[in-house]
Amino acid sequence: MLDTSQSFKENAAGAMANAGLQKALARAKPQFHAKRAYAVAAMPEFEQLRDEAKAIKDHTLSHLDHYLERYEAAVLASGGHVHWCKTAEDARATILKICRDAGAQTVTKGKSMVSEEIGLNEYLERHQVTPVETDLGEYILQLRNEPPSHIIGPAFHLNREDWEESFRKAHTDLPADRVFHERRDILTEARIKLREKFLAADVGITGANFLIAETGSSVIVTNEGNGDLTQTLPRIHIALATIEKIVPTIEDCLSLLRVLARSATGQDMSVYTTFSTGGRRPGDLDGPQEYHVVLLDNGRSNMVGTEFQDMLRCIKCSACMNHCPVYGAVGGHAYGSVYPGPMGSVLTPMLVGVEQAGLLPNASTFCGKCESVCPVKIPLTGLMRHWREREFERHLTPQTMRTGLGLWAFFAKRPALYRVATRLAMAAMGLIGRKRGSFSSLPLAGGWTKGRDMPAPEGETFFARYARSQRS
Amino acid sequence: MSDKAAILGAIRRGLRRGPLPADQMAMLDSRTAAHPRHIIPARGQLPPAGRVALFMKYIERDYGSSARLPDMAAIPAAIAAYLAGQNLPAALAYAPHPDFLALDWSTAPMLRIRAGEAIGSDMVALQRGFAGIAETGTLMLPSGSTTPTTLNLLADTAIVVIQAREIVGFYEEAFDLLRQAGPMPRNVMLVTGPSRSADIEQTLELGAHGPRQLHVLIIGDEEATRQAA
Repeated sequence: MLDTSQSFKENAAGAMANAGLQKALARAKPQFHAKRAYAVAAMPEFEQLRDEAKAIKDHTLSHLDHYLERYEAAVLASGGHVHWCKTAEDARATILKICRDAGAQTVTKGKSMVSEEIGLNEYLERHQVTPVETDLGEYILQLRNEPPSHIIGPAFHLNREDWEESFRKAHTDLPADRVFHERRDILTEARIKLREKFLAADVGITGANFLIAETGSSVIVTNEGNGDLTQTLPRIHIALATIEKIVPTIEDCLSLLRVLARSATGQDMSVYTTFSTGGRRPGDLDGPQEYHVVLLDNGRSNMVGTEFQDMLRCIKCSACMNHCPVYGAVGGHAYGSVYPGPMGSVLTPMLVGVEQAGLLPNASTFCGKCESVCPVKIPLTGLMRHWREREFERHLTPQTMRTGLGLWAFFAKRPALYRVATRLAMAAMGLIGRKRGSFSSLPLAGGWTKGRDMPAPEGETFFARYARSQRS
Repeated sequence: MSDKAAILGAIRRGLRRGPLPADQMAMLDSRTAAHPRHIIPARGQLPPAGRVALFMKYIERDYGSSARLPDMAAIPAAIAAYLAGQNLPAALAYAPHPDFLALDWSTAPMLRIRAGEAIGSDMVALQRGFAGIAETGTLMLPSGSTTPTTLNLLADTAIVVIQAREIVGFYEEAFDLLRQAGPMPRNVMLVTGPSRSADIEQTLELGAHGPRQLHVLIIGDEEATRQAA
């Protein structure tokens, strides 16, 4: 997708004014919170499970080279193929080659954020291979030519009217005057339409939630079953995954699964958690003949050993964005990047550069809610702060902000001067504002006072009052 | 330089070391070979009788249904009655599993049956499960020549048979049994309830791409079977 993270401010303003989006956000937010809270409350060991999930990921990342090699050996032993890809371009070309060698016309796709990251659909289309998204949310976004706005609920920003309108426009073979009495009718229409695609596809592409070094398995987690149909019916299954998805053993994977669904949708377990290991075995009546893993780096190996290594623990559950006040106000599209919300604000500058995505780590109130719900305890605010520091060091921060910060720092480093200056300012504001009790506009604070009044100070600073109370 | 060498090289540079020395590799490999368990939630650590009850409770919470049968011989009649009760067609594709091939299907004469994988037009499929997992009401369905994966996915109604003594407390126990049974199958599905989606306005609807209904038949008695074994 086109990265518009540079326009975050404009995007956010547009999002705040978008009535349909605000309706969807208002509907979603309480659900995100309540569902996770319910599932966590029903699991007394949840905090221990989080610590363990973090430890498993840390252990794996410290020995990532070893486990990747063991994983590759296990895939080969089970009859599968592994394609190591350093860049997005490598991964796209590899997938296209597998499709072309198979003479594939259409490929079905399970939900994969990595395929968004590498712009796979546009690439395949340009090369005469038709990709069909089969996750219900991704399907309608493909019809509408929109990017996902959430990593697991990609179309949650849409309302029912949008679904009906898009389906009428796309499924022109059905009666134009058909009525969608309830949401189920929309779902049924998609089910019928996509069933044809599943049965006709030559290649199925899925992502992977985990790759298991012990067995060479790729694991997908879905509720719809679309990922399973994608990897079962076509002749060839391609699993597209990034290198940090590795875990050593099935037991490690199971411990992570115990925190994944609870953090994501508030389910104890998603409906389908499926382990795929190689292609069809002798005697098998179904399943793909060929099994390929496209193992993508795309910048992640450069995060190993840096302050950003913690980000590689991410299991893409979406709890951080579900609980983020900024995401809750503007939705996912405003971020202008593939990955929105707090995890996206840390990951995106790594993927596209801080010059491009420098605004995203600033799109946070640092309230810390994201960290408090992260199942693998990623210090998200600390990592965003690292990006802000890098941005400042590299003089990417706007001049007005740098001047403001410089001015503030000048006073902050001189406490006596700071107190004199604030005392004068408060006294002046107290005097001017005494009559009305508040200010409806203030110099340099127009953005703040646009939505609310600033109460007038009572003419005294905290320091002065504290000193007075200590004396008496 | 190959992409593999470049990726591994970048990781090692980040970790400030070369390839791991042999003794450290051996330590990691022994961890993998031993595949130690981590914390097992208390709710999955149950005696056999409690497992079946919890398994059934969680299946129902996740919009599935279940019923207990005294023995395998009761399956054809139970399925015929279930399909009639649900107003579903009396036809099904079933797993070519020895347990099903040995059944006397003439006890349900109205049932049209076909052994094999599922095809797109099948309305009902019957699968033989490998294990039930009480912790979350989850079925373990591995692929194999007698248990094709499409039976789990293509039909509107999926019926799965499991023996009471095959119901374990938690996931790790089921995977240990799977390891004992042989090499990792091509496909292992952990299924918890019927297919669903909340993509339309965050509202749960059942039957997105997979089955709209999941019905589990639990055969035999866990205590009696265990004593007999």
